[in-house]
Amino acid sequence: MIVAILTIAALATVFGLILGYSAIRFRVEGDPIADQVDALLPQTQCGQCSFAGCRPYAEAIAAGEAEINRCPPGGEATMIALAELLGRDPVPLEDEEAAEKPKSVAFIVEDECIGCTLCIQACPVDAILGAAKQMHTVIIDECTGCELCLPPCPVECIHMHPLEATPETWKWPFPGQRPAEAADG
Amino acid sequence: MAEQRTIWPFHGGLHLDDHKSESNQRPVQDLPLPRRLILPLQQHIGQSAEPVVEVGELVKKGQTLARAPDYVSAPIHAPTSGRVLEIEAMPIAHPSGLSDTCIVIQPDGDDAWDALPEPMTEFTAESAADLRERIRWAGIVGMGGAAFPTAVKVNTGGPSGIDTLIINAAECEPYITCDDALMRERAGDVIDGAAIFRHLIGARRCLIGIEDNKPEAASALRRAISDKGDRETDVVVVPTRYPSGGEKQLIRLLTGREVPSNGLPAAIGVLCQNVATAVAVADAVLRGRPLIDRIVTLSGQGVRQPGNFRVALGTPIDFLVAQAGGYSEQAHQLLLGGPMMGFGLHTDQVPVTKAANCVLALSAAEAPEPPAERPCIRCGECVQVCPAQLLPQQMFWHARAHDFDRIQEYHLFDCIECGCCAYVCPANIPLVHYYRYAKTEIWTQEREREKSDLARRRHEARQARLERLEQERKSRLRRKKEALDKKSGGSADDSKKAAIQAAMQRVAEKKAAQQAESQTSDSN
Amino acid sequence: MQFATHSSPHLVGPKNVTQVMGLVLLALVPGTLALVWYFGWGVLINLVIATLTAVAAEAAVLRLRRRPVGAALIDLSAIVTAWLLALALPPLLPWWQTVTGTVFAIVIAKQLFGGIGFNPFNPAMAGYVLLLVSFPVTMTRWLPPDVISGSAVSLADSLQMIFSGTPPLGQSWDAITSATPLDQMRTELSQNRMISEIRQSPLWGDFGGLGWEWIGNWFLLGGLFLIWRRVISWRIPVSMLGALLLIAGLFWMIDPETHPFPAFHLFSGGAILGAFFIATDPVSASTTPRGQLVYGALIGLFVFIIRTWGGYPDAVAFSVLLLNMAAPTIDYYTQPRVFGQPGNPDA
Repeated sequence: MIVAILTIAALATVFGLILGYSAIRFRVEGDPIADQVDALLPQTQCGQCSFAGCRPYAEAIAAGEAEINRCPPGGEATMIALAELLGRDPVPLEDEEAAEKPKSVAFIVEDECIGCTLCIQACPVDAILGAAKQMHTVIIDECTGCELCLPPCPVECIHMHPLEATPETWKWPFPGQRPAEAADG
Repeated sequence: MAEQRTIWPFHGGLHLDDHKSESNQRPVQDLPLPRRLILPLQQHIGQSAEPVVEVGELVKKGQTLARAPDYVSAPIHAPTSGRVLEIEAMPIAHPSGLSDTCIVIQPDGDDAWDALPEPMTEFTAESAADLRERIRWAGIVGMGGAAFPTAVKVNTGGPSGIDTLIINAAECEPYITCDDALMRERAGDVIDGAAIFRHLIGARRCLIGIEDNKPEAASALRRAISDKGDRETDVVVVPTRYPSGGEKQLIRLLTGREVPSNGLPAAIGVLCQNVATAVAVADAVLRGRPLIDRIVTLSGQGVRQPGNFRVALGTPIDFLVAQAGGYSEQAHQLLLGGPMMGFGLHTDQVPVTKAANCVLALSAAEAPEPPAERPCIRCGECVQVCPAQLLPQQMFWHARAHDFDRIQEYHLFDCIECGCCAYVCPANIPLVHYYRYAKTEIWTQEREREKSDLARRRHEARQARLERLEQERKSRLRRKKEALDKKSGGSADDSKKAAIQAAMQRVAEKKAAQQAESQTSDSN
Repeated sequence: MQFATHSSPHLVGPKNVTQVMGLVLLALVPGTLALVWYFGWGVLINLVIATLTAVAAEAAVLRLRRRPVGAALIDLSAIVTAWLLALALPPLLPWWQTVTGTVFAIVIAKQLFGGIGFNPFNPAMAGYVLLLVSFPVTMTRWLPPDVISGSAVSLADSLQMIFSGTPPLGQSWDAITSATPLDQMRTELSQNRMISEIRQSPLWGDFGGLGWEWIGNWFLLGGLFLIWRRVISWRIPVSMLGALLLIAGLFWMIDPETHPFPAFHLFSGGAILGAFFIATDPVSASTTPRGQLVYGALIGLFVFIIRTWGGYPDAVAFSVLLLNMAAPTIDYYTQPRVFGQPGNPDA
């Protein structure tokens, strides 16, 4: 009896020492899981997941505080990729409709722009070119379609234009599907 | 020349009815010019050409209409003299049925040439760079269908290590006979073009690979070789088997070497060019002519008078068909390219481009509606016929499961989309469609990943910038406060306190003075 | 003019699944007729029961799965499964056992995994093994071949025995039935008889049990027909029979008195039927060329091992099922070299 207790205690001590040593010796700086999650997110920085950007959402997922189905721009593919990375079960998307919206970019109607710079300050990736009292314009290649510039604009001169497929970006549809369903950029 | 050369057969492949006699019985017919010529700015792999003319401008035949903005690109020339009608998005020949920017020319009937560059008749005296520049100027791209800019392909960057030039005269797809007709008509120009290539890349020998169902073309080439006294060029006849005209397969047939996966033929000392490309190069170098027309095969039971036609680039396909007697009642499918690798056209109002080698109007008997897809029974027929020695069955299972990582483990991008696997499949599975779906999905995902990486970097840069501005603002405030302290010779607080004290004393003194006054006035 | 489009290729090849399955059925006919000749009407009755059950079961399950029934049935795969199972069953098996085996094969071993193309195990063999393990007495009750017994069981008697499960009035099962040559060989060997003694019995022909050997020949003919028509590849039959011959020959050379001669193994039981018709079932077999050689050879090896040292007289069904389990792994490790990968022998 006493031998059993002593043996278990000794084993626990030995393994505890090994673990403690490993925790210090093999410590990794930063949060690699959050980095890996962030690498899968689409970086739209739109805030539709209710976090302040993709990095905070990634950190919340890594900490187990957020579900993996909250990113509409990432859609089903991102949710599945996250599920595979983290070993969790796939969950249906929270907002299916938002996920199926076609990719779009912002467009400033130059006749109506008053040069107030409110949209420039709102854009999370600095995709709007302009300065106070100067014309503002969206750089299409940099725009992620997050729509954060629409609310601040006092004259509502910003509209979203869907991106159209070109022969370069056209995808073959999955066999059996109608071609129109796959013709997005 | 008549010796038996060794052939190294490739794995798989099919024997197909070659349907060559429908269109190769008559010589090439010249086509009149249509009302409008529609020239897409993108007729090649690489960057789209950029227009250098404006709407309304008058242009001459051979004039450059659009220049190559980047290295991997090719210019576009006017096929005839006329006026630029518009530069607009118009339907082009593409499996998607989408439109792309095109320059539309209205011919004026004069067919007047622009000033052309000097012919380089003694091309052996020219430097490789000059010859490449001429090929680039002429807008020559691979005319067997790939449309890769030739000037880029032959730029081996110095001593090339290429010992064998291969001219692809195989034309392995059923129905297509344009190369056959070209060789019979202009065998001498083929040999000239090959000689130019050989000089350009420093190859010691040239092999012309041709299938055994083209005996007249093979003899014409042999005659031209002996007439020119060319001792380094040989015609090698290979057995007719689809897809012996695939670049990798032909290289293996003629040399036994295999192009490495994800690699180029230059890595194994070979360069491969189509016969029509060779003729275009001969025209550009020896006659100073840019690429403005090509021979197109029009065949199938759906067209009344099939044959080969010399067509100006930009000619709409409905004009071409009308010139060939129009459609017959049996026309069921319209294809650009051959029946195995060509794609369906939704409409015939699209133009002929540099890589358009064949237009097929097939009847329902020739190209039946594909029967419904059945489950895969794992019979392995597809494995037996794949010329790339892949496992089509495994790739199909993973494509169906949308598993794009696993499918790449089976070398998806080595698939040449020849269609042999889908042809033999007893369950009628559209295998090539699945692989194309997987490839375009993977490319789209890569593009999106690049975009999102860029967005992340921009976002982080923006966060860093805002952070930096915030820090600067704080440090500025701090410095201001310190400056203020120094000026008042002590702590700012102390001087304030002293001032307050002094003010309070003044108030107290005033109050005391007032009280004293009221007291004396009261006592009076 | 407007046209409809679909992905290339635009030519349709000559083969389709229905034609392939039809050729398999055609190739089975000679061997089936031989079986009927030697063993009587029971074989045919089993065939009919199994075929009808298979088609009905498949139609019922497809309806439950809400799949198109006609399109699936037309590929004849249910009928092929039924025939292969029926040919492996003893001629006088009670009808309800035949039905049970067929239903298990179609519904559980095939449809529950997803239908044709998705089953990892050969359905006919799965059904056979279920019956063998569940009803050992009736499944080992064979008839003596016609040439030995002298009198065939009549149609009426066969129907009566199959549907009622009892022998005809005045006769007993023992009087009518006998063991298969494989079974006999096992029993005699276990009683330490010598091969040369065993072969004296009139039950033996030139290279197998009398009558049995000829059935093997007719199935062999059908199998060669399938190879000629390119329905099956030569790899699995050749490697399976080759391996079986090789190891049987090895042991026979070591001790000819306790191990039967190699041709006996070939022409007994389901070896030929298994090599050409059962092991070559494309869905459950290995698909890579080298993999098929390994797959066939291992089946041959296991057939010998189980026959000689295992608990059952015939081993083809068990060997095939065992190798069905191993097929994906075999495929994974025998992938052919891709064009352009290192190792080109002609470079």
